[in-house]
Amino acid sequence: MSKIVFQKPKALTDAPFHYCAGCTHGIVHRLVAEVLDEIGQMGKTVGIASVGCSVFSYNYFDCDMVQSPHGRAPAVATGVKRAHPDNIVFTYQGDGDLAAIGTAETVHAAARGENITIIFINNAIYGMTGGQMAPTTLPGQVSATSPYGRDVHLQGNPIRICEMLATLDGTAYAERVAVDCVKNVNAAKRAIRKAFQTQINKEGFSIVEVLSSCPTYWGKTPDKALEWLRSDMIPYYPLGVYKDKTAQEDK
Amino acid sequence: MAKVLMKGNEAIAEAAIRSGCRHYFGYPITPQTEVAEYMAKKMPKVDGLCLQAESEIAAINMVLGAAASGVRAMTSSSSPGISLKSEGISYLAGSDVPCLILNVQRGGPGLGGIQPAQSDYYQATKANGHGDLHLLVFAPSSVQEMASLTGKAFAIGDKYRMPAMILADGALGQMMEPVDFSEIDNTVAAEKDWAACGHGDKRKRNIVNSLYIQPEVLEELVVERFKKYSIVEENEVLYEEYMTEDADIVLVSYGIASRICKSAVAAARAKGIKAGLLRPITLWPYPKKALNKLADTAKQFLVVELNMGQMVDDVKVSIECKKPVSFFGRTGGMLPDPADVLAQIEKLAK
Amino acid sequence: MMTKIFIAGFGGQGVLFSGKQIAKNGMNNGKEVTWLPCYGPESRGGTSYCSVIVADEEIGCPIISDPDILFAFNLPSFDKFESTVKSGGTMFIDSSLVTKKTARTDVTAYYVPATAMASDNGLTGGANVIMLGYFIKKTGMFDKEEFVSHLVDGIPASKAQLIENNKKAFELGYNYEM
Repeated sequence: MSKIVFQKPKALTDAPFHYCAGCTHGIVHRLVAEVLDEIGQMGKTVGIASVGCSVFSYNYFDCDMVQSPHGRAPAVATGVKRAHPDNIVFTYQGDGDLAAIGTAETVHAAARGENITIIFINNAIYGMTGGQMAPTTLPGQVSATSPYGRDVHLQGNPIRICEMLATLDGTAYAERVAVDCVKNVNAAKRAIRKAFQTQINKEGFSIVEVLSSCPTYWGKTPDKALEWLRSDMIPYYPLGVYKDKTAQEDK
Repeated sequence: MAKVLMKGNEAIAEAAIRSGCRHYFGYPITPQTEVAEYMAKKMPKVDGLCLQAESEIAAINMVLGAAASGVRAMTSSSSPGISLKSEGISYLAGSDVPCLILNVQRGGPGLGGIQPAQSDYYQATKANGHGDLHLLVFAPSSVQEMASLTGKAFAIGDKYRMPAMILADGALGQMMEPVDFSEIDNTVAAEKDWAACGHGDKRKRNIVNSLYIQPEVLEELVVERFKKYSIVEENEVLYEEYMTEDADIVLVSYGIASRICKSAVAAARAKGIKAGLLRPITLWPYPKKALNKLADTAKQFLVVELNMGQMVDDVKVSIECKKPVSFFGRTGGMLPDPADVLAQIEKLAK
Repeated sequence: MMTKIFIAGFGGQGVLFSGKQIAKNGMNNGKEVTWLPCYGPESRGGTSYCSVIVADEEIGCPIISDPDILFAFNLPSFDKFESTVKSGGTMFIDSSLVTKKTARTDVTAYYVPATAMASDNGLTGGANVIMLGYFIKKTGMFDKEEFVSHLVDGIPASKAQLIENNKKAFELGYNYEM
């Protein structure tokens, strides 16, 4: 008799992911789904899909979903959450969506202490449109619209979202994680779990920034991409907890 | 119930609350800010929410979220702010999510001015967002209608799952008239079984979405939506006729401009000129049939608007160019005087 | 019957408030009424004006270009709107601030030093109510007692002094002899 040792989270539908080979969106989807399974409240959960590579996330999470305009997911989530304060509401957004076009919506949802959870995928590139420069593209990084490497004098500097949001009183929990190795994947899941718990405890705005890889548009094999994430991204975007109101309250 | 003396902006807010709206998202802009102020005062007293967003863009997207989750939600703004909302309005239409959007128009383009205008007619009726879409567009002409059309807009919007717009202007928003709230439509919407508010493990999950990546799927969906639009055009047209039965000259005018026309028509009649007025109350759907019928008896039409003639083509199409159509209007925030309109009528009557 | 009233002055003189009082009394007497203010930057400290129409029939245009009655609370308003008053119409002029007389002979002009009366009686800011008192006396448009009760019905009992001041100002105007 066989024993199940590994199965798909119930919070995921049967739809096959459309993501590129080696892309870490799949890992993060799975982590979110595992956490939602553990919380066991899918009937009360509403997800907000954004615009970017994860635009089809409404096909994958087995809860009610609303598709948002580009960058506006935190505003859409605000609407859902304010109408249904007992629902669990999360957005799933990439770096172009959250840190460029949706910066105002992100900052103000945090400032209001909007009791929602944001899963923020930072892979330092625009994936869906084909590898253009993102607000989080590193200095010197080559992209389709920074073909000579990002020149900060010409194209400005990257934005460190967790550091920025941590300054806001409404942010209850902000942590940056990575999904480049087993240890970090486990830590990422703990962070996602904590973010949702923060919302369930009605403590305010929670965000988990996940450093992710984009082998296709970084022009690297999946393993080289993860290596670059470690060698180049993590030094610029240090991992860690940037804000944890619950911990402050514990003291 | 006794009448209350109220500003148009306040009447809309009160009527929305009476129609069951408990979620208002706004951003200050003249001349509609009293809506937000009224909501901020009253919503907490009825367990409702008035949230001041960081921008018009955020406000309309909050409406998208709230309305997608099944509640009656609204936002209000004035011309420049409505342009910012266009993105969200398109998504609302493309996701078949009903809600109420109020535009208290001011002069444009650009920052324009803050005095009353009707220069967003094209935007409201033809292009309030990208894509093949229509909004329900109501054009009140009194404070009482600001209130009663608010209830109607929610009810009809829910019925067809369409965003509805009230297209008012600075004068209607700012002026006070007596209002009777006893007849506000507060029909409770049928259960919104499509809403994304948590499936509660009782039904299949709902997805409120406007993305259809396969063209054949999107086409089919849009065609279906247009079948719905044709039912709306058949059933939901509203207009008022004033002295049109024997009119030689029919004025076509809506909103605040139509009141100026009414005075002018009365003055023309006093001078023995057979003038009349058709006032569209819904600008979409448009009273095409009523106008076409008048084209059989009237000799000519005069469109009067607070813009450069944005409705003229709609009148020409409606009457199939059977009779001449002329235009008189002021723009930029200027209002014509009844005497100005009367002079136009007299010129045409010669 | 339709009466078109145009009220103009500086922002802060209670121009909009005065118009509202007239509109409210019209409504409570079963009349059709409209009250249309100016708004925006010009209402902040600059010129303030409003149009009030009281009628037995449905009111078409709420904008007034030829008032039956003009209230002029300052000189710029008087200069600007003096000529618009209908022949046979009436002007209520705050003669403390409007230092000239009208040249028109086809209108009735009442000169009331309302601003000076207000400050002489410790009723600063009450010039508009003084003028309303005189207006009610001269036109008999509304019942005096009713008008006064509407004047103070929005004021909470905790502000008894304000109620008293309003009543006092109204009486001053009502009893003024030109």
